[in-house]
Amino acid sequence: MYTQALDLPDGQAAPAARAAPSDSALQSHFDAKMERDEKVEPRDWMPDHYRKTLVRQISQHAHSEIVGMLPEGNWISRAPSLKRKAILIAKVQDEGGHGLYLYSAAETLGTSRDQMLHALHTGKAKYSSIFNYPTLTWADVGVIGWLVDGAAIMNQIPLCRCSYGPYARAMVRICKEESFHQRQGYESLLVMMQGTDAQKAMVQDAVNRWWWKCLAMFGPPDADSPNSAQSQRWGIKRISNDDLRQSFIDATVPQAQVLGVTLPDPDLKWNEARQHYDHGAIDWDEFWSTVNGNGPCNKERLATRVAAWEEGAWVREAALAHARKQQARALKEAA
Amino acid sequence: MNEPTDKSPQALKPLHEWPLWEVFVRSKQGLEHKHCGSLHASDAHHALQLARDVYTRRQEGVSIWVVPSQAITASQPNDKAEFFDPSADKIYRHPTFYAIPDEVGHM
Repeated sequence: MYTQALDLPDGQAAPAARAAPSDSALQSHFDAKMERDEKVEPRDWMPDHYRKTLVRQISQHAHSEIVGMLPEGNWISRAPSLKRKAILIAKVQDEGGHGLYLYSAAETLGTSRDQMLHALHTGKAKYSSIFNYPTLTWADVGVIGWLVDGAAIMNQIPLCRCSYGPYARAMVRICKEESFHQRQGYESLLVMMQGTDAQKAMVQDAVNRWWWKCLAMFGPPDADSPNSAQSQRWGIKRISNDDLRQSFIDATVPQAQVLGVTLPDPDLKWNEARQHYDHGAIDWDEFWSTVNGNGPCNKERLATRVAAWEEGAWVREAALAHARKQQARALKEAA
Repeated sequence: MNEPTDKSPQALKPLHEWPLWEVFVRSKQGLEHKHCGSLHASDAHHALQLARDVYTRRQEGVSIWVVPSQAITASQPNDKAEFFDPSADKIYRHPTFYAIPDEVGHM
């Protein structure tokens, strides 16, 4: 679902270094492979920096899926109907599934699930900062589906062609499921927009609060994204932050018109010469402040996540103990 | 999988993780099981249940296999050339090697 600024630096430990010394023959073989736009598979030789970049990006992506369950999960018990509740549960379950596909893909690079979770729980690893904002009303749930998932889809479709095989394959599965997320959100907003004035105002308010944050999800402007060029050369990133953001805006403006809401940007207008919408300036100070831990919900999200992990410890241990006991019993019976 | 020489603090900690399993799904009767990903689970039965939840939420399968990842033996990517080379120079194994007169038609 939700990637943003996928090359944000974080303090996560690099996976265990491979014994092989950097070998120029291997390096040039790898470079030639990148030139030919071929895929890299887990046991192929790859430069350390490529491996580290992927571990950071895939694990941030996985963490985003897992933390992304929290703002919406918050509304499961308060969904306005059984139908909406069932839909929301299915969506939140999908997010959990997406996190699992991605953790598995990252593990093929030599990091472990425990290492990644440790980095998340100690605050060393980043996740999409869009989840550090609160979901104040039911309309927020619809807007997250429409705009946040919509932005995520823009980001994720090019990742299906990522040079690293396991990541690309995970993204194919994820993208197939994302379309449901965006459509259910948009449809629930359509229903609210046919309701009372108060319901319409609730939708507009949610759009006003989420619009700029969604634009920031694509990450800093290209000029301020030093890692992007390398990632593009490596086929990890296919389209630049600014180009993805532009595609998202161009796709969303007509959807907002059909829905009957306005987007909170006085500078948003069609540019005939560029054949794109122009938009106003994004508040990057707010973005970085949230990325660096000072958003409205950073502490709450992390604390909820850590509590869930700790409270589940006895289940994980009991399952292992059960497996060991069964194994011992089977061995005894065989003897 | 850590190299035996790995002495990082993570490697020295006792293993608390559930073991890793590879998941293969048959999408419909008549087709083969295909590898679709991996997951952690405490035992085989648990792995099957989790595989159903993680990989078949939308009727993607009618049958699932789970295999401990450790049980898989794989060819070495570095030996790709030597290992697969013998088949490259036996072009007579391909039907296109044989010229057949046009009037014979499709064969």
